[in-house]
Order: sequence, then C-alpha cells, then structure tokens
Amino acid sequence: MVGCEVGLDNTLSNEQHAQIQAHIQAHQHVPGGLMPLLHAIQDDIGYVPELVYPEIAKALALSVAEVHGVVTFYHHFRTHPIGKHVLQVCRAESCQSMGSEKMEAELKAKLGVDYHQTTADGSVTLLPVYCLGNCGCSPAVMLDDEVYGRMNTEKVTELIAEVCHG
Amino acid sequence: MVKVYVPIDSAALSLGAERTAKRIVQEAQTRGIQVELVRNGSRGLFWLEPLVEVETAQGRVAFGPVQPKDVASLFVAAFTDALSDSARAHPLYLGLTDEIAWLKKQQRLTFARVGIIDPLSLEDYLAHDGYQGLKNALAMTGADIVKAVTDSGLRGRGGAAFPTGIKWNTVLNAPAEQKYVVCNADEGDSGTYSDRMIMEDDPFVLIEGMTIAGIAVGATQGYIYLRSEYPHALKTLNEAIRKANLQGYLGENILGSGHSFHLEVRRAAGAYVCGEETSLLESLEGKRGLVRFKPPLPAIEGLFGKPTIVNNVISLATVPIILDKGAQYYADYGMGRSRGTLPIQLAGNLKQTGLVELAFGATLRELLYEFGGGSASGRPIRAVQVGGPLGAYLPESQFDTPLDYEEFTKIWAVLGHGGIVAFDDSVDMAKMARYAFEFCAEESCGKCTPCRIGSTRGVEVMDKIVLGKNHPQNVQLLRDLSDTMLNGSLCALGGMTPYPVLSALNHFPEDFGLSNKEAAA
Repeated sequence: MVGCEVGLDNTLSNEQHAQIQAHIQAHQHVPGGLMPLLHAIQDDIGYVPELVYPEIAKALALSVAEVHGVVTFYHHFRTHPIGKHVLQVCRAESCQSMGSEKMEAELKAKLGVDYHQTTADGSVTLLPVYCLGNCGCSPAVMLDDEVYGRMNTEKVTELIAEVCHG
Repeated sequence: MVKVYVPIDSAALSLGAERTAKRIVQEAQTRGIQVELVRNGSRGLFWLEPLVEVETAQGRVAFGPVQPKDVASLFVAAFTDALSDSARAHPLYLGLTDEIAWLKKQQRLTFARVGIIDPLSLEDYLAHDGYQGLKNALAMTGADIVKAVTDSGLRGRGGAAFPTGIKWNTVLNAPAEQKYVVCNADEGDSGTYSDRMIMEDDPFVLIEGMTIAGIAVGATQGYIYLRSEYPHALKTLNEAIRKANLQGYLGENILGSGHSFHLEVRRAAGAYVCGEETSLLESLEGKRGLVRFKPPLPAIEGLFGKPTIVNNVISLATVPIILDKGAQYYADYGMGRSRGTLPIQLAGNLKQTGLVELAFGATLRELLYEFGGGSASGRPIRAVQVGGPLGAYLPESQFDTPLDYEEFTKIWAVLGHGGIVAFDDSVDMAKMARYAFEFCAEESCGKCTPCRIGSTRGVEVMDKIVLGKNHPQNVQLLRDLSDTMLNGSLCALGGMTPYPVLSALNHFPEDFGLSNKEAAA
C-alpha cells in the first residue's frame, strides 16, 4: 500500500477519516471531481494523506498512481501535515523589483527554516509562491488566507506574532 | 446619515482596509453618528489605498491613504460634510473622486463599475447598466451575438490576442449535444491583477459575459477555473453566482427566455502552466495539467472532448459592454488591429501603481511616468517587463512603443495580459534571465523536452556565464538553447521563456559581462 512510511503525525483520527469519506462520496460522481475532492480534503485536514489514495482511487475509478500523479503535480497539494499557520512569500518579478529577495533571506534566518519547512515550534510553515496578484503593492506575502502588501521583515514578523499570540 | 465607502478588494485589504473599516464603525458608535458603510471594490489607485470615500451632493469625495489612526480626525473634519472647508483642509483630502486626474484620463469600459459599486449588490449592478448586454443578447440569434463580438475587434486579453469572435464562431458551428464555456481565471503572470479585480470588484460582469457566451454558442455549462491564491475572489464569485441563480440570471430558463446556463467555480492548485488552455482543460477534468497537442482545437474538442470556449476573465468581462453599447462603440477605441481598451496593470518599482484602462495606443513612457510617477525608489527606471514572466524586458530606448499587439511584435516583445513591471537601476539583468529559466523549470509540465530539460540547462548555463566560465562559448550556448526552446516547445511556457532571457541579453549585455560590441556580434 502506498504510504507505508507514514509516521505517527500522519495518522488520522476517526473523525478525520469520516470527513474524508464524506468528501469522497460527495465528489464521486462530479465531472472532473478529483481536484475539488483534493481541495476539500486539504481544506479540512490540512493535507492530503497518502493512506487515503486507494479509497479515492476506488471511488473515482482511477488507479492509485493516477491519484498520486495528480496530488504531486500541483504545488498547492501537500502530502504531510504542516504548521499551524502558512506563510507564503512571493518570489515573482514584481516583488523582486521591490526588494523581496532580501526579505526572503531575512525571514528564513529569523524563522530558522528554509522553504517547505516548518518552524521548530510547529507554528509556521514557510512556502514560496509565484505571484499573489498583489503586484501593485510589492513585496507581498500571504499569511493563511490573507494577503499583505508593501511588506518588510519587521512587518511580517509582527503579523506572525499577531496570529500566533492573538 | 453619512454614506462612507471602504474598499474590500484584496489590494486594499492588504494595506489595512479591514482595520480602517472596523475603526469607522467603532468611531461612529462612540460618537453616535449614523454611518452607512459600503464595501466597494478598489478604484485602482493603490498608493492611496485604503481609499475612503464620502458621499456628498456633488459626488463622492476621496481621502487616502486612510489608516485607523486617521479615522477620528476624518469624523471631526470631513464625515458630516465632505465639501466643507475643514474637509478640504484635511491632509488626506483628495477632492471629488471622479475629478482625480489619474482616473479622469482613463477610458474605463471593462472596468466601468469597478470601485464604484458594491460588488455583491445585484441591485447596484443593475442600476449601473448591468445585464443590459444580456437583455440585448436574448433578443438576438447566436450567430448575431458572435458577429457582434467579432465586429468589436475584441482579441483574447489573456495574452494570445486571438480574435474572440472567431473562436466563438468555431464553437457555434461545431455540432454537439453538450458544449462548455470555460473562463481562464488562473491569472499567474507576475505584474497582473486585473482578473482578480474584476472577480472581486464586479463579479456579475464576468457572470454576464459567460452567460452571453453560453447563449451565443449553445453551451449550457460554464466553469471558472480560478487560481487557488485568490481566496477572496472565490468567496465573492460563489456568492455572486448564488445571487444570480436566485434572481433568474443563471440556471434554467434565464429571465424566461428558455435558455439555460449553469456556472461553477473550480479551484486551481498552484500550477502556472494551467493558465495554458489545454493544460487548464486537463486540470478541469481532474488530471495532471499536461499540455495537449493542438489540433484538435479546444473549440472543437475541448473539455471532456466537447466544443469549448476558453477565454480569459477580461475577454469575457468585456462582452457585456459590447452587447450593450454595440460592436462599433467598442471598436471605435484603439489603434490598428488592436481595438478597444486594455486594462493595464502598473506594478513593481513605481511610485503610483494601479489599474489604468486605456484605449490601445498609449506609450510605455506615458504609463511609467505620467501614470506611474516614475520609480518608487527614486532611482532611474532601467528595465520594464511587459506581459508577465514570459514577456520581454524593454530598455528605456523602447519606452516610446505604443501599446498595440502588432507594435510590440515588431520589437520582439509581447503585451500579454497588460502587466507592466518596472525595475530601477539596481536590477541585475543576468539574474533576471537566470530567474526566467528557474521559473520555467519549476513550472514546466514536463511533457516536451525543450521546456523540461532546456529550462534546467538554462539555469546551469546562466550560472557559468555569471562566473565568466568559457564566456563566449556559453553565451553562444545560451542563444542555441533559447532557439531550441523557442521553436521546439509545445506551449508558450517553454516557447516564450527565451523572451525575457534573450531580451535581457540583447538589451543589457553589460550585465552578462559583454561589451556592446560583443553583444552585437
């Protein structure tokens, strides 16, 4: 079975498993339903657990390899749990023209992580993103579901402190 | 009762509009003043966001940028009478919004309502000429609707600039029981945000445009393929679709016409290549976003193998005004074969960034200096990338080029989706060329070799050039590689990555360690 290396962190509670099964049922007969299904699972659980690939595959009449192929093709989908909050830093040209590279380096140092890693306390996962559509207010970052413009390291650090400590 | 507008557009929110709005509500309660707070879209003047407007007998008066700390003083000086002397004396006073030169100089057709209405008020939309295009379309044959779009001269605003009417005509004449209208809202180009603004600030215009498209070609199902980086647009679109369904503007038997059109938003998942239409269709079908060979064209065999219109947000959102005011009205704007207007997005290192909708023909220089106000850093603007990450970098000597599809082709550049990203003289163009390859490597779907392998080899060659290793040979290799990608790639991702690379090399050879003479040779 795919996902044999899944560690303790990847185990699902009964409640999570029930949520996933409900999503699978809801999307089973939707034309092109795999993408909306994966979104629904990740929205709820925070990632798409590999151990449910066989269930998805069976319900949608796909092979496990096809499900794996789709999950891994798209940057948005994750196969492992992540931090409590997600910080996406825009790496695209407009933000570069306003000094995002310096901010990127400083944020990595400050958080003690590289891209695709989570801080030691599990609070923030750092991800690169190629354009947030806020190019009139560069540099831009996205913290969870909110975009912030004209950022610098200090401002981003403050935002993180706010979401982490209220 | 005073009516106050605070934008709900993502750009305004990213600069603190939510906090400003909350403070206005709190302050009104404390002072016992009745305020009607309207959350409008953004007018598109981002250096003034959050832009707060107050309604008066003479029109709306603007103040900006308004942070929470400014709210109390606005209550004292301006909110009871925004035309008073005390209001005029307020440091954030900008005068009547409609008289702001930056807005007054524009020709807003597609963006006519953006920033003015409450995006989710169907009543507001109807009161500002909304659904006039659909009403006219319902009285026309499909062929006549397609003819109007063709006659307007509208070309695909996503970047490819293919005549929209011709695409529609192919779908119209393709016999099938089921046809589709797909809106490409996977706006992934850096420097662009006009799609996002339409979807967040005037969603009904996109819904109306797609409905007209469906009725014209006989498609009963539409999908908006929306990038996952736009959570606000997702919420707004879903709510607007719900309201349109409730009021009979979507669903079965639209406005009693007998026509049906169903619309659904589907979220993308962060793959840039899915902005390419065939890759987008694969993704909508629930697969990896691999680019398809063409032919068959999507207009003949598109989504689930059926005839499909695939258009960009701006193209579809421009259809209602064409059907409302007539093809000629729209075609009267513009120059040459570029008819109508282009919503231009000023981005990057500029003092005044934002949305500028103008008839084709304005020059880059006007946009960068008259609208943009020069660089934000105060240093000279050295390079400008037009048309997203696959667009060419232009040096100052080309700033007088008019914004016109054919004029840009002549200088080996593209207008793309109308995004303009300015860089000051601190930019290292060799680094930008390397980045173009890096981006392509990151986003390649992997189907064709020139793109999949070429992008990675490109990063390596650029690294050697920067280090000065076997310099002349590696520059030659860079050109050869670019030639292979340009001519051998399956889609624009690999095929156009050479645009930023070679334009950087040709216009800024000194950054690649070459003298002008060497570059010319």
